[in-house]
Amino acid sequence: MRFSGLRVLREGLTGNRGWTPHWRDPEPKPEYDAVIIGGGGHGLSTAYYLAKNHGMTNIAVLEKGYLGGGNVGRNTTVVRGNYFMPGNSEFYSHSLKLWEGLSQELNYNVMFSQRGVIMLYHSDAQRDAAARRGNAMINQGDDAELLDRNALRKLLPYLDYDNGRFPVHGGLLHRRGGTARHDAVAWGYARGADQRGVDLIQQCEVTGIDIENGAVRGVQTTRGPIRAKKVAIVTAGRSGQVAAMAGMRLPIESHVLQAFVTEGLKPVIDHVVSFGMGHFYISQSDKGGLVFGGDLDFYASYAQRGNLPMMEHVMEAGMTLMPMLGKARVLRSWGGIMDMTPDGSPIIDKTATEGLFIDCGWCYGGFKAVPASGFALAHLMATGQHHETAAGFRLDRFRSGEGLMDEEATGSQHNLH
Amino acid sequence: MRIECPICGSRDRREFYYQGAAVALDRPAPDAGDAVWDVYLHLRDNPAGETRDLWQHEGGCGAWLVVTRDTVTHAISAVELASDVKRAMA
Repeated sequence: MRFSGLRVLREGLTGNRGWTPHWRDPEPKPEYDAVIIGGGGHGLSTAYYLAKNHGMTNIAVLEKGYLGGGNVGRNTTVVRGNYFMPGNSEFYSHSLKLWEGLSQELNYNVMFSQRGVIMLYHSDAQRDAAARRGNAMINQGDDAELLDRNALRKLLPYLDYDNGRFPVHGGLLHRRGGTARHDAVAWGYARGADQRGVDLIQQCEVTGIDIENGAVRGVQTTRGPIRAKKVAIVTAGRSGQVAAMAGMRLPIESHVLQAFVTEGLKPVIDHVVSFGMGHFYISQSDKGGLVFGGDLDFYASYAQRGNLPMMEHVMEAGMTLMPMLGKARVLRSWGGIMDMTPDGSPIIDKTATEGLFIDCGWCYGGFKAVPASGFALAHLMATGQHHETAAGFRLDRFRSGEGLMDEEATGSQHNLH
Repeated sequence: MRIECPICGSRDRREFYYQGAAVALDRPAPDAGDAVWDVYLHLRDNPAGETRDLWQHEGGCGAWLVVTRDTVTHAISAVELASDVKRAMA
């Protein structure tokens, strides 16, 4: 089944009775060439690119719940390529390029809206830092424009420019950044993988990883054992528990990050606005809700909900920046579990066990990385070589101290990102 | 979330600063080698369930606390002075 304008029109006129399920619901086979643990955005895109780029179609994605039921469906949908450090910048640049062609690639409307991401600055020093970041982005081949106060005022007339604590001096505009429909990304990759023969197996929890003589042999699941010589752990906030099945401890602490959405409003915020000094960012969904978030609650947590202090902080930051927000009513809030690494950058690597791969540590930036993460992990699994855009995401960089990617320059330690 | 400070009593979470897993009480010797330091600095059990964290009552008495807590429910089952825990380890 393929989507097209004509098809949508025809189905609309005939009661939408012609649509079929987007993917099969297969029974697990006893053996696959590769098994991916985790049917979220990263796991599904890995399966898709393994099949498409590397011709590996005898593979399975094992998901303990339902496809896309984790962080890929719980984020604030921001996509951007405005990273600064070598190692990160080429990766997110690659991801942004994949996003730009994703709806066509998948024949699935991921509603990628390049409405522009604006990072605000509030002092001369921050302007210099923004200019430096912008230059790094341009050198990477991406776009960046440094806006002064007057230019910014034309785009964002509603900010409190003369705020006593954080007067707004301008912003760094990244026009190619924006938002996407989070569920659609998971569904699009799932359908694309399924169409290429990948088995997407839901309600199938991995309970053990079989290792013999230092090499992976398969997994134990709630739906029986499955043999595979290549296994990838792509389980985000739950990475620690799955890695423990292979006798590994990870440089990861799982934290809760909250997000909020208001009732639907008429169009008012046309961009993604990031207010770093308040740890606050906001955009408006196509449905009209203002979607915004802040910082971690800052204590280890697996509860998919946060506590009131951070909620209060986020609301205060929002009101500081945009006093008009006080008129909007918050509809709901939720929390996602972030796999936080010490330096705030992710891991895509082999492990000490032959055939066992890991893709984790996405901290609070995993959504924008979905296409390039799957692309790079598929490359690593199929060829044994790191993809050039993700060569820096090594597991051993913490132990050696070499190649740390501390984008926020707060130090490579837990609880600082 | 409220934390029962052994010195000050039950206080709001806002008064406390979180410092991560309580492994920090078990600092290795300077020459213990990079593998041991990697474990201490980076590798974590990261349990979904009972965990022990270090918190500082920075908005109160300033004491460092070892908090035994459930990471799934946020329920707190024990709070001890880190100095007492450290003394017991010696």
